[in-house]
Amino acid sequence: MILALEQILNGAQLGLMLFLLAAGLTLVFGIMNLVNLAHGSLYMMGAYFAVTLIDWTGSFVLGALLALPAVLLLGIAVEVICLRRLYARSHLDQLLATFGLLLFFNDLVLVIWGKAGRTIALPGWLRTSVEILPGVPYSAYRLLVIAAGLVVALGLWFTISRTRIGMRIRAGASDREITGALGIDVASLFSLVFGVGAMLAGLAGILNAPILTVQSGMGERILVIALVVTVLGGIGSVRGAFVAALSIGLLDTLARAFLPDLLKVVLPASAAQTAGAAAGSMIIYLLMVITLAVRPQGLFPVRAR
Amino acid sequence: MKIAVGAVLLGTLLASTAMAQTPLKLGFVTTLTGPNAAIGQDMRDAVELALDHAGRKLGGRPITVIYEDDEQKPDIGQQKGQKLIGADKVDVIAGVIWSNVLLAMAKPILENGTFLISANAGPSQLAGAQCNPNFFSTSWNNDQTPMAMGEVLNRRGVKKVQLVTGNYAAGRDMAAGLKLTFKGEVAGEDYTRWPDQLDFSAELAKIRSTKPDAVWIFYPGAHGAQFLTQYSQAGLMGQIPLYNSFTVDAITLPLQKDLALGVLGTQSWVWDLPNEANKKFVADFRQRHNRYPSYYAAQSYDAVALLDGALKQTGGNTANKDALRAALRKADFKSVRGDFKFNNNQFPIQNFYLQETVKDAAGNFTVRTLETVYTAHQDPHHDKCPMKW
Repeated sequence: MILALEQILNGAQLGLMLFLLAAGLTLVFGIMNLVNLAHGSLYMMGAYFAVTLIDWTGSFVLGALLALPAVLLLGIAVEVICLRRLYARSHLDQLLATFGLLLFFNDLVLVIWGKAGRTIALPGWLRTSVEILPGVPYSAYRLLVIAAGLVVALGLWFTISRTRIGMRIRAGASDREITGALGIDVASLFSLVFGVGAMLAGLAGILNAPILTVQSGMGERILVIALVVTVLGGIGSVRGAFVAALSIGLLDTLARAFLPDLLKVVLPASAAQTAGAAAGSMIIYLLMVITLAVRPQGLFPVRAR
Repeated sequence: MKIAVGAVLLGTLLASTAMAQTPLKLGFVTTLTGPNAAIGQDMRDAVELALDHAGRKLGGRPITVIYEDDEQKPDIGQQKGQKLIGADKVDVIAGVIWSNVLLAMAKPILENGTFLISANAGPSQLAGAQCNPNFFSTSWNNDQTPMAMGEVLNRRGVKKVQLVTGNYAAGRDMAAGLKLTFKGEVAGEDYTRWPDQLDFSAELAKIRSTKPDAVWIFYPGAHGAQFLTQYSQAGLMGQIPLYNSFTVDAITLPLQKDLALGVLGTQSWVWDLPNEANKKFVADFRQRHNRYPSYYAAQSYDAVALLDGALKQTGGNTANKDALRAALRKADFKSVRGDFKFNNNQFPIQNFYLQETVKDAAGNFTVRTLETVYTAHQDPHHDKCPMKW
């Protein structure tokens, strides 16, 4: 029981990280109709910026906070310099160009920060574990990540559903051309959305940096799952991304934790280990296949296509 | 008549000189991009050092090395192998970090009759029933290093161990190796998605709930730093002793730092082994690169040295494969491991040592040898290999 609670927290933490990545991805895909493979690179750049800024400032919190506007600016720069030219092009062109960006950033960090990868040391107060229930310690840092993820999700929901800028974003997601025809400056709206999406990806990178190693190529592995989240939630839907991200986070973690033991009931121990590990890595893709078969437009479709 | 004989002799001489002057082509496959690019760089640096020590000639023949990047992916490794035997027509292929990459690459290369020397990966398949007269290893069979670890756990009175490793060829071999020698109870085994799972929260929570006496991991390269960080963040460091195979090394220690203190491992080569070849290798490597060489580097250095030793016997000739194979089998070279001898499956018979993490005088983290666990150890698959010589 205690183990299950701990695993649910682990799943929620993974889910919220995926949400931060998928929120930007789904907005960019939904509003600008752009498939951005370089989204994972912004996640990586967030982590690398945090490495350097934490070095410079000597403070984890300050360095992490300063890294956010840095990724925002980088995101806007990437949009203005490169991606703006791609909106009218076919998805294949977009994939090629953003894949090129991904390779560019992977090599750029090797040149600037070296091949070996970097780690971020947490301050003492975050390196401890907290008793969430008597006798159940849980990593303080992971709790902080969960809290940060929830705050951002709430803020994003409020901005998109309750503010004027959010209304414009929703309008852009439903119909870009009409939105432009109504006199909204679509170009700067796009830059802003892309920048914020980049910042959210960067935030995920910054928050994951002390848990993982900051290294070239760190974005691709998580990007694949974020793409699954985007498709599952419905392209362009932030609410869909939230539900899908949490489902996938929980499903993936719980499958890893309990599937081999569950399979032991019906299979011999060694076969259960093998089958459990294999099924655990397939389960999120199975979920995607089933969802797409039943609801091809995802869980929360923005509009009928 | 005399003139004719002289002409023939002169002709042969010219032919053999021409032969000796055509550069030998060595294909070296490793991982040069992505999170584990640092391992590939270390191996490449060691190959270059070995070539410099050999005077840029192996067996008197000049050499060209073609480095290929496998991106840590089996399909890319296979393509690069095909390219090396097809387009480049190399004489020998060496390198390869990952067992799953090696298993994908090996078949077409060996069927083509090209020699393949693994400088790291040692999958049980190639040590056992699928052993091949053209496949040599200057590393180990995957099972051996964790077998030594299992022995260490027995000696230290560990009764209950939890295993965590990546779900791929080497991870499964390594866990099997440990279970072969460990006499206590295995509390649980987790095989994580390889290589894309980097967060071990679910596995760490399980460790806390099964409460083993010890945890054993095999996470080579970048994953190793992540596991240690998360083990510590979960509050398990210092609570449950951690033992490793190929997880704490010269590549990962700069990231793991003091987290690796007290994490014991076994290895067939440690940089402080007191033989002359090793002293020279380590001193020159450190002088040139200002860092400790990793075991990947040592095994790559040995691969070039092995080839050099064999080509000296054949006079640089690679065309006669039987002669080259016989020469390689003699292992007539100065290994950085000290004594070096091949088993019937062409994997080394070698010692295994227990190593611990320490801080050197300059404040850098490194490892040092504590004791010898096995002397002249043979891998557990060699008797399944039908080769006899």
